[in-house]
Amino acid sequence: MKNKILPFSVIIIFGIIFFIFYKGLQNSNIYTPDKNISSDIPSTNFKNFNSNIIFNSLNFFQDDKVYLLNIWSSWCIPCRQEHNFLMSLKKKKKIILIGINYKDNKKNAENFLKELGNPYDQIFIDNDGTISIEWGAFGVPESYLISNNKIIKKYIGPLNQQYVDEINLLIK
Amino acid sequence: MIYSLVGYYSLIIGLIIGLSLFYFSYKNFKNSNILDTKILSFTFLQLFFVVISFLCLIFSFVISDFSNETVFNNSHTTKPLFYKISGTWGNHEGSLLLWLLVLTLFVFLFLVRTKNQPVKYKILTLVFQQIIIVGFFLFLIKTSNPFNYIFPIPTEGLGLNPILQDPALAIHPPVLYLGYVGSSIIFSSVLAATSLKIISTSWASHIKKWILISWIFLTLGILLGSIWAYYELGWGGFWFWDPVENVSLMPWLALTTLLHCILVLEKKSILTSWVIILSIATFTLSMCGTFLVRSGILNSVHTFANDPERGLFILVFLFILIFLSILIFFFFHKDNDRKSHSFFWLSKETSILINNWFMMYFLSVVLIGTVYPIFLDVISSQKISVGPPFYHKLIIPFLIPFLLMMAIGPKFKWIKSQLEDKIYLISFLIISLLLAFLILKNFNQNILINTILISSALYLFFITLRDFFVKKYKNISQNIAHFGFSLLILSILFNNIFASEIITNLKVGETFENSKTKIVFESVDQKKEKNYNAIIANFSISNLNGEEDRFSPELRIYNQPVIATSEADIKTTLMSDKFIVINLVQNQDFFNVRYQVKPFMLWIWLSVILISFGGIVSFLQKRS
Repeated sequence: MKNKILPFSVIIIFGIIFFIFYKGLQNSNIYTPDKNISSDIPSTNFKNFNSNIIFNSLNFFQDDKVYLLNIWSSWCIPCRQEHNFLMSLKKKKKIILIGINYKDNKKNAENFLKELGNPYDQIFIDNDGTISIEWGAFGVPESYLISNNKIIKKYIGPLNQQYVDEINLLIK
Repeated sequence: MIYSLVGYYSLIIGLIIGLSLFYFSYKNFKNSNILDTKILSFTFLQLFFVVISFLCLIFSFVISDFSNETVFNNSHTTKPLFYKISGTWGNHEGSLLLWLLVLTLFVFLFLVRTKNQPVKYKILTLVFQQIIIVGFFLFLIKTSNPFNYIFPIPTEGLGLNPILQDPALAIHPPVLYLGYVGSSIIFSSVLAATSLKIISTSWASHIKKWILISWIFLTLGILLGSIWAYYELGWGGFWFWDPVENVSLMPWLALTTLLHCILVLEKKSILTSWVIILSIATFTLSMCGTFLVRSGILNSVHTFANDPERGLFILVFLFILIFLSILIFFFFHKDNDRKSHSFFWLSKETSILINNWFMMYFLSVVLIGTVYPIFLDVISSQKISVGPPFYHKLIIPFLIPFLLMMAIGPKFKWIKSQLEDKIYLISFLIISLLLAFLILKNFNQNILINTILISSALYLFFITLRDFFVKKYKNISQNIAHFGFSLLILSILFNNIFASEIITNLKVGETFENSKTKIVFESVDQKKEKNYNAIIANFSISNLNGEEDRFSPELRIYNQPVIATSEADIKTTLMSDKFIVINLVQNQDFFNVRYQVKPFMLWIWLSVILISFGGIVSFLQKRS
């Protein structure tokens, strides 16, 4: 009898360990880069792409509108991929698209927009990358969904159909 | 394009060969007088196809074939060729292909090199190993195919994470895997030997070389990872008790214990249960490590992509293997070493048994520290993090008796023994105590625990050093390894106790001065390289004796992907390392400067090399 108890208890212990790892696997999204908790907008100075007018980000966003702030660059290949999604968002006209042109050459940026179309309502320049750092961006492209002067969602990497569907749901 | 196709179909063929090997093994097992040549040639074919597949992936990286998703995600045309190649295993898919390569390589070598063992045993080992191999084939093809297409073909890749672009890290994965995955062959052969009930002294001396191979590579692999962390991460430490480091340490602890047990088994045919359980534990801990880092449960540089499906697959597979081994252990293994409970208290086997319990204690501390946060999170949604203080407090005090045992234990003879050279042993103990006391007194670091620790490490140092000159003890490999370990502990202790650090903010042209050191921030240069741009800061640092060193740490901005890293500048000398690293202070002209003097840094690496050299000597001894 004693010989039977040991194997069973060992198997049960490992069964429990399996279960806990299995559960742990399901809330492993702690480390996915989506930022679901809404946070305040950082205070940065936005410099307009065409003129030299400077806004402060705290005064710029209006409470009753939804914004998508998109960090992009003409040299960034994934930005090309997400461009169509930005164009499709623009067509919906329910969201204001803000472009932050990251560490770019102005000519190249203009050509990029000429070639693929300009989805942005406003473009600001981030020559040295400080604005993007202030916003907590890891790289380009990256997008922030802003509503009521809060960042409600952060998308790292190029936008895809799934993200766009999610944005469309949120702005309905 | 063509390489991806060839690589992918090679994988499929490899899988089919794996499945057919089950059939051949079954046929051969029933009438087994000689090993079927088909089995050998099919095992070779499997290895061949995995090698082809691996080469295809390397070629895709070399020619920057961005139609391959793995290449697109992890390479870039501006990468130097060396890092294009090392990028092959610097990602999840490629590194799993490397797993598979090592798995098939080891089973082939095992079949070729194993002589004088029953044919049934060879076949059964092959079967167990094929279970693992087929599992990994399925895992690779189903969830992490390295040859996925992208269409349209991107013109440029996303680049390899810059902190992985380092020579030490380029060879760290292959070396570590030879150890990590090499333990699979121990696992398979132990299961085979248990089922056939042939665990004996001759089996022990046969499996010992395989344990040694894995152990040597695992030791060196961990060393390379540690060297990388020291040079590249810029924190000035070499071991952080990071979960990823821990999961490599756990198999090492189990494997080291196994190595000691197998010596007893080889001589005395006892401790069989220990050997079986430790062999199973070593491989399952390796697998468990893979699960923990790859599933994204733990976060680290090794977590390449978070894919729950992958985590689930490894988890299920891991537990299938665990349950299989539990069943085999309880079903076939009859504990026949009742006599083992009555062995004489003063003998080599007793001291090895004590060593085992110490090792098991260290192993459980590391295991609990690594896994407990996950358990707590699941059970009560609390998040805790376990850091170095936990490990230090639980491990360091126990090192003292452990070190003393390491010094005295090998002196005992098998079965029954008396302690010889008592005068030497005691006089060395007194010398070590005095020496440790004097050293620490001299540096005003006189804390009781430090004194005792250093004296026990010194004790091991002296005892093993003396044994090199005493011909009576023939076990040179053991002596080298233990000597290396004493050196390791001593270097770590001195490194910790006598390290000094200066942290300050400086502008270009400014000078920092304290009683011992003068740091002059002379100038800043810029540099453009193929894969990064760098800011180089020039420092001149002089100490009390007027010795002056020039340092130029860098801040690098890698282009693909855009990531900034700090490259430390390290001046290594025999006695100490000088380490300087800079960071940019946000929105200001200041640079944050961290300057550290770390004594005996080089000795940490050297002593680990010495430890593995002990293993190499033992390995070569056995073959002749």
